[in-house]
Amino acid sequence: MELNGRMWILDDDDINTDVIYPGKYTYELFSPEEMAKHAMEDFDPTFAEKVREGDIIIAGRNFGCGSSREQAVSCMKYAGVSAIIAPSFARLYYRNSINQALYVIECAEASRYAREGKKELQHKEARIDLKKGLIAFGGREFDFTPMSGKALEIFEAGGLAPYTKKRLESVKG
Amino acid sequence: MGMTMIEKILARASGADRVQVGEIVFASPHRVLSHDNSAAILGIFEKMGGEKVWDPDRIFIALDHAVPPPDAKKATNHQMIRSFVAKQNIANFYDCGVGICHQVLPEYGHVVPGAVIFGSDSHTTTHGALGAAGIPIGRTEAASVWALGETWLKVPSTLKIELEGEMKEGVFPKDLILYIIGQITAEGATYKSVEFHGPVVRAMSIGGRMTLCNMGAEMGAKAAMVPVDESTKAWLDGIGAGEYEVLDPDPDADYEQVISIDCSSVSPQVARPHKVDNVVPVGDVGDVAIDVALLGTCTNGRFEDLEQAAAVLDGKKIAKGVRLLVYPASCKVLDEAYEKGIARVLLGAGAQIAVPACGPCLGAYGGVLAPGETCVSTANRNFKGRMGCKDETGIYLASPATVAASAIAGKIVANR
Repeated sequence: MELNGRMWILDDDDINTDVIYPGKYTYELFSPEEMAKHAMEDFDPTFAEKVREGDIIIAGRNFGCGSSREQAVSCMKYAGVSAIIAPSFARLYYRNSINQALYVIECAEASRYAREGKKELQHKEARIDLKKGLIAFGGREFDFTPMSGKALEIFEAGGLAPYTKKRLESVKG
Repeated sequence: MGMTMIEKILARASGADRVQVGEIVFASPHRVLSHDNSAAILGIFEKMGGEKVWDPDRIFIALDHAVPPPDAKKATNHQMIRSFVAKQNIANFYDCGVGICHQVLPEYGHVVPGAVIFGSDSHTTTHGALGAAGIPIGRTEAASVWALGETWLKVPSTLKIELEGEMKEGVFPKDLILYIIGQITAEGATYKSVEFHGPVVRAMSIGGRMTLCNMGAEMGAKAAMVPVDESTKAWLDGIGAGEYEVLDPDPDADYEQVISIDCSSVSPQVARPHKVDNVVPVGDVGDVAIDVALLGTCTNGRFEDLEQAAAVLDGKKIAKGVRLLVYPASCKVLDEAYEKGIARVLLGAGAQIAVPACGPCLGAYGGVLAPGETCVSTANRNFKGRMGCKDETGIYLASPATVAASAIAGKIVANR
């Protein structure tokens, strides 16, 4: 499987769930479209209108730290983001991404290269080969460890909700 | 090779003799915790095709995040949750006003040593204070646990933090944990389990241990724990907790890293905007005028926290123009504060005492900031916009004593 999309290179480390999806919205039961409108609102208020289907986020360390709020993942997915690349992710953000079938990739080298060359590379195309574990942009390739095991099983089922649904159905069989 | 606490706990919860770091296990929880987000969780549960929850006695729900509900939508969420609770015969439901989930869960005996607690809230790490593994999960995972009774976990490595020396007078567990986060950073324990050891934690109250473990979430930890000792047992006896089996770390357990902190050198600390690891001694913070002082939340809303603040505020008045908001962590805490005269001291100083709940900590209601305002808070996060408004606002995290002293001074100062 291959992903192709424009890169959003974000310089910051520790981009937290409050700036990705503000707390004041977390107890509203929003539709996917409404959630998408608030993606990254307190980080970059123009992000939601500019982001396009398939876009790829490349950010700094500890992406998604803070709250357990799953909408910080869903809002990105509904906004069209196809993958997030960072040197490291907060644990809950990483789990929530697998459970929402949003591809997250730990790759320090790609993050460093993109951030150093941000001026030239911002919004340029990147290609990700999920099977081989390869990221390509700016004439360079970067390796990562592809998702495997239980995480991949959940991701391929389309997320934890469809995965659980299948398991429940097989029990009722 | 021996096992760490998390290894023993996950081995038992997954029905294995032992587990290895990095191994994926399926663990079944003693309790699965959620709060107002249960409205979203029950929707996902139903979409998954869930009909009956796997075990209504193991589900715990406390309403706390929008309490009392500030608008009709949030009131409707509560209504949906109440009707789900009735339909599913969920035994452990605590309605608005009982308190914050992380206070109510242990107060009502739902946390015992060695238990796995899954919680659809990032501060579920709090429950490690009683020797349990409080592991935060997301909403979809909570729905999946309601349906299947288990979820997958990667067995984490363990970071051991030795708290040596003695805390100076006027220094509190919050100062200590802010200092530690400042040292090891907001991702210092990412994916890891943390164990707090040493004479300082042994001498610490259960409430203080809860503050440490609660803030474990802010260093990225999957769980944060204190080994069980006589204080833990006495506390559990005091609330009439049932039977439990203590799972101690083995003396030859394999720790990924051991850090030693000399607590004697730690002074009152403050985390400056907008990161929890942006920590300095209060004395180095400079001239920071405040508009709001927030005392409470799951981090520092227990009786001892209110008592520490009251000791500072006794007979004094807060500065003109400052709002001192008090959110006790539970109704039991509030009751004790009335009983022992603490509430009167706080009110006398000019505080506003609210219904036990999360309040403005997460920025949804009940004391959110206006543009340009600054808050000193006993809560756990100071992210930009966290308290409801991102425009030139700033949140400083500190201990109850520092928050009280700052409310009197009208600017951030340590209690002298």
